[in-house]
Amino acid sequence: MAHILLRHRDVENIHQLDVYRQHQGYEALQKVLGMEPAAVTNIVRDSGLRGRGGAGFPTGMKWGFIPKGAGEKYVVINSDESEMGTFKDRELLERNPHQVIEGALIAAYAIGAKQIYNYCRGEFMDAGYAFEQALKDCYANGLLGENILGSGFSCDFSMYFGAGAYICGEETALLNSLMGNLGQPWSKPPFPAVEGLYARPTVVNNTETLANVPPIILNGAEWYKQFGTDRSPGPKIVCLSGHVNKPGNYEIIMGMTYRELIYSEAYGGGISNGKAFKAMLPSGGSGPVVVEDALDAPMTYEGLTPFGSVMGSASVVIMDETVDMVWMAMKCVHFFHHESCGKCTPCREGTYWMEKLLKRIYKGQGTQEDLQTLRSVASNIGGRTLCALGDFAINPVLSTFRHFPQEYEAKIKPAAAVNGQGKKQTAVPVAAD
Amino acid sequence: MSDDLVTLSVDGVEVSVPKGTLVVDAAKKIGNDIPVFCYHPKLEPVGMCRMCLVEIGLPMRDRATGEPLLNEDGTPQINFGRGLQTGCTVQVSPGMVVRTKTDPVEQARADVIEFLLTSHPLDCPICDKGGECPLQNLTMRHGRGNSRMVFADKLHMEKHVPLGDLIFLDRERCIQCARCVRFQDEVAGDPVIGFHNRGRHLEIATLSEPGFDSYWSGNTTDICPVGALTTADFRFGARPWELTPVATLSPHCPSGSNMTVSTRREAKAGGRSVIKRVMPRQHEAVNEIWISDKDRFVHHFAESADRLTQPLVRKNGKLVAASWTEALDVVAGKLQQAGTAVAGVSGDRLSNEDLFLFQELFRKGLKSNNLDLANGRLAGGDIVAQVGISSGSNLKDLGKGDVVVVVASDLHEEVPVWWLRLKQAAERGAAIVTLNVRGTRLDKYAKHALRYVPGEAVATLRQLVNQSKVETDGQSDDPIAAAAATVGSAGNLVAFYGAEGLTYDETESVAKLLANLLLLKNGDGHAGKKNNGLIPVWPHNNTQGAWDMGIHPSFAPGYKALPEAGLDAHAMYEGAASGTVKALYVLGADPIGDGLMDGRGKLDFLVVQEMFLTATAAAADVVLPAQSWVEREGTFTNAERRVQRYYPAITPVGDSRADWQILAQVGERVGLGKPALAASLVFRDVVKAVKQYKGMDYRSLAKYEKQWPDVGGDDLYYGGNAYENRSGLGQQWVAAAESGKVGMFEVAETAVKSSPGLKLVRTAALYTPGTLISHSAALLGPRMAQPTLSLSTADARKVGVADGNRVEVTANGMTMTATARVGDAPDGVALISGVAYVPGTAVVQIRKLQEEKVA
Ligand SMILES: Cc1cc2nc3c(=O)[nH]c(=O)nc-3n(C[C@H](O)[C@H](O)[C@H](O)COP(=O)(O)O)c2cc1C
Ligand code: SF4
Ligand code: SF4
Ligand code: FES
Repeated sequence: MAHILLRHRDVENIHQLDVYRQHQGYEALQKVLGMEPAAVTNIVRDSGLRGRGGAGFPTGMKWGFIPKGAGEKYVVINSDESEMGTFKDRELLERNPHQVIEGALIAAYAIGAKQIYNYCRGEFMDAGYAFEQALKDCYANGLLGENILGSGFSCDFSMYFGAGAYICGEETALLNSLMGNLGQPWSKPPFPAVEGLYARPTVVNNTETLANVPPIILNGAEWYKQFGTDRSPGPKIVCLSGHVNKPGNYEIIMGMTYRELIYSEAYGGGISNGKAFKAMLPSGGSGPVVVEDALDAPMTYEGLTPFGSVMGSASVVIMDETVDMVWMAMKCVHFFHHESCGKCTPCREGTYWMEKLLKRIYKGQGTQEDLQTLRSVASNIGGRTLCALGDFAINPVLSTFRHFPQEYEAKIKPAAAVNGQGKKQTAVPVAAD
Repeated sequence: MSDDLVTLSVDGVEVSVPKGTLVVDAAKKIGNDIPVFCYHPKLEPVGMCRMCLVEIGLPMRDRATGEPLLNEDGTPQINFGRGLQTGCTVQVSPGMVVRTKTDPVEQARADVIEFLLTSHPLDCPICDKGGECPLQNLTMRHGRGNSRMVFADKLHMEKHVPLGDLIFLDRERCIQCARCVRFQDEVAGDPVIGFHNRGRHLEIATLSEPGFDSYWSGNTTDICPVGALTTADFRFGARPWELTPVATLSPHCPSGSNMTVSTRREAKAGGRSVIKRVMPRQHEAVNEIWISDKDRFVHHFAESADRLTQPLVRKNGKLVAASWTEALDVVAGKLQQAGTAVAGVSGDRLSNEDLFLFQELFRKGLKSNNLDLANGRLAGGDIVAQVGISSGSNLKDLGKGDVVVVVASDLHEEVPVWWLRLKQAAERGAAIVTLNVRGTRLDKYAKHALRYVPGEAVATLRQLVNQSKVETDGQSDDPIAAAAATVGSAGNLVAFYGAEGLTYDETESVAKLLANLLLLKNGDGHAGKKNNGLIPVWPHNNTQGAWDMGIHPSFAPGYKALPEAGLDAHAMYEGAASGTVKALYVLGADPIGDGLMDGRGKLDFLVVQEMFLTATAAAADVVLPAQSWVEREGTFTNAERRVQRYYPAITPVGDSRADWQILAQVGERVGLGKPALAASLVFRDVVKAVKQYKGMDYRSLAKYEKQWPDVGGDDLYYGGNAYENRSGLGQQWVAAAESGKVGMFEVAETAVKSSPGLKLVRTAALYTPGTLISHSAALLGPRMAQPTLSLSTADARKVGVADGNRVEVTANGMTMTATARVGDAPDGVALISGVAYVPGTAVVQIRKLQEEKVA
């Protein structure tokens, strides 16, 4: 089937404006420019499109929260894409930028915004520049700026590069950063839809979310709903990485199983080097790890609920039998400790503490008490932080505890007297405790 | 019940609070202390520390009908579904149920404490905050008593980081609550500190050069909930529990800021009680819980080694130590010998008791009305008595629809607390109208910032006042007409006036014009109504009291006009030079040092009552050593006419005596009878003589009541370490317009004299060298205002001066040297700051000094 989002894989040079236009590019925009803005929001609501940034919030409903009436409003594209193992927005920005621009313009028209910002991950220089080129082409061809396509609708579009912080993908931290403030989230409410950028109503949408909008407008909500499941309609780009034969981005239709994703020749092509599957991170570092039993779950927003995990942004990291789960948890926690913004106490202090404990345990210097403390520290962060990063940070720890307790136990210093069988461990320096 | 009240229950106790109240505040109102760190009742909530987590439930409603869902027993069903929420960010709503004592809440508190302590150095035994530390106290109350954090896992950071020369940061102790950053940003309007880095490396850094460049920096050490921020003055100086708090008032500024001095007896001071620190004392109608760094740090003069410790009498041309009896006898004798050629000038820092007795000595003892302020800059005390801001007013009440007019004053430099409070009024929606010869910092918050040409202040103000009388549509291009429209539609109207660039006579006209503005509509105007009236920007803390006490050639105490006026200060100085004045009593002033008097002239006798051997004291025949304000008690009256008490805090220096005591003892020697034995008894006489003070005594002035927010009480964490006010809120005296009709004032038309040439205007700087600040200088030394002359680019070119040049400035026969700054002044005006007061707008000559060649 032809791609809906990764269309550059079917149409060469679709990143060029004329090529994009030859393939129905900006026809959706043309279509909405003659419509009531509220009707546009309704189509998106009816389509069932949900946010691809991870949380799966219904996009039409989000647009609908924007108060009607005059005054500045903004559309902000979240292209901060910094989740471990996520690389889908980058491909869209670089290879199919116009579909994102068109989606954002439709959003702007629907909510009455005259300014769009794209907050782009700072490291995505090449993708960012490609996207900027597309913006220039739009300006040169009356698709941005004053009186777009002669409709009377005017809208500007600016690019902003972040400075390398995962937390700036969280929408309020993103807005703070965009305003030139410290990149820290704020306590919601106020939600961006009410008080966002410069305290004005703002829609923040993920890059991929917006790429879904033009085809929905062009073909209608019913058309869109034929793909996927009732509650998770539409296509989804999955970032597959780790121990698979063919890692990469795949556009799938939601509802497909993880097993098919990993093993089908059309996708992952199986575990690499003939090894056995051990575990999977379905949502980068931020979602709980799952094991074999979850492989037949559908890739939908609800599919992994019975397995205690989430699809999230669908950055699927596959781990084979050789992967040490304590090591994996340590790596993830290191990431979150490094990326914690430090605004709230449990996350700032807890991620630091968890990393200290995990490092010690991983090195074989941990004690039974360290294990208990680690589990308890993780639980004490949960549900008490200002933003979701704190909750993300405990997932790799608590889920590996759940599925692989023996791997932790195995790393604990044997008690002083090992009853003859255990190998006597060579003395390791123990932190003074 | 009013629509604006919301009723909720907290741990089963019902409470009704205004809409918009936060859960923590609602709980606080009924004595339920939800622990907080980052929340502060004077700052916007941020929900960072997570200490205030509580269970918050909302009544459930039927989705279809919207009807409340009820339990079987008829009580509403409550949904606690959202888990723990931060009480500091959630606003109350009807029927809300808050639980603060449940297991999950207690758990969360203990866990947050444990998290905070993981990277805390726990160096309480050497920490300045130890003993009055919110973190310490809340750990005792909610913590588990031990930490599971392995000590070696702790992160170590820098412990002595100067954020400037006044404030030090201990990075290990900081709990990243952002109170300091938010205070600087939201309250002070000086966002000069901020967070740097992220995560566990989030740290406070200064963003200004010089570091932490704000007049408010000290307040961050009060609201910091740990010992992370300390003042250079106090750090490692004493433990809080050794300190005795004594209520006092600002000795500098006419706002009457309430403060507390913390004292301790020290061996190295010979067992004397000394000041260890100065902190704000809550007075929500005066300074709330803030004081400027000048109030906080300029107190060392009281304990300066240069203080006079015994009376001095000139013998054989030299001042030598003498006994009090000898000195007082000489003074009384010489004053009486001078007959009618006796005169007295006083400073305006002394207490009402001192000033009253000075006046008694002259009027009753020496039968002379030759009495004045040594350096009167601002006229209008008598006008303030008529239309001064009404009693019961509070600048905190000004907001949308209200207007504040500020004429000829730079409040940020002169009375920072008022600047702060007007900035906040503007943020609440009040319209500020400034009228000045140049731009000031308040302009940023002003709706209309008007300018006048030097010499035309009165004429310009007259235009504004006249136009405010006529109905305008508010749509004028003319800035004065536009401002007049704003003023004309004011709900409440408060007018401040100062003396910048004005002569004394001009300030009188300004005061009268503003009085008329307040009286408009003939008696049915603003004057006399709460939150309306005139506020003079007096140069010192008790100028108002000096007016009230009759330190004026033509007013007796209580503004009773005298049949025959005495000499004013100017005439006295001339008389001293010419010989018509034979004996002069200088009380707490330095007219020679200030350039008002050219030496002692032909005086037969000069007596100076002072703390320091000033230029005037050095020229005197007798010098009487006076105590500083912290060594004795008394009352000051602020410019809002609030009479307030201050209390003795430290052991008096040497043989110095309280000014009122000395004056009573001189009085006794000229036949005024037995001296009063206590300041409180002198105040009784004040009240008899000053009808406006009727009903006041030391007990009524010491009355206080609980204020909101609840600061400085037992729970230090809520409002910070500012002191609760337990020593008195004072009493405001009633202006005439509050109780009766006041007529309009005649203001003579003055011809605008335009003379060619650059005009010199002296502008204020908070840290301008002067007797008190210069004797406290070590700390503020680097921040002292240096003599600076600002010129416009065009004027600088005309006089051939470039930025940074040294220049010699001559005006009114006075010559000063200064450093030139180019670009900050309007054309035609040369602004000079960092020098003693210069009245009016004199024509100025500027000469570039040749730079000395550095070898
Ligand atoms: C720590 C954190 C990081 C996030 N990073 C991203 C990101 O990189 N990209 C993104 O689109 N959304 C990210 N989100 C989600 C956004 O906050 C927000 O929900 C999303 O941009 C909304 O767009 P959508 O409704 O189109 O999904 C992140 C959230 C959190 C808590
Ligand atoms: S949870 Fe972490 S990232 Fe989010 S606000 Fe708190 S410290 Fe910052
Ligand atoms: S220095 Fe004090 S007030 Fe500032 S963030 Fe740290 S703990 Fe809070
Ligand atoms: S989060 Fe509420 S007091 Fe800090």
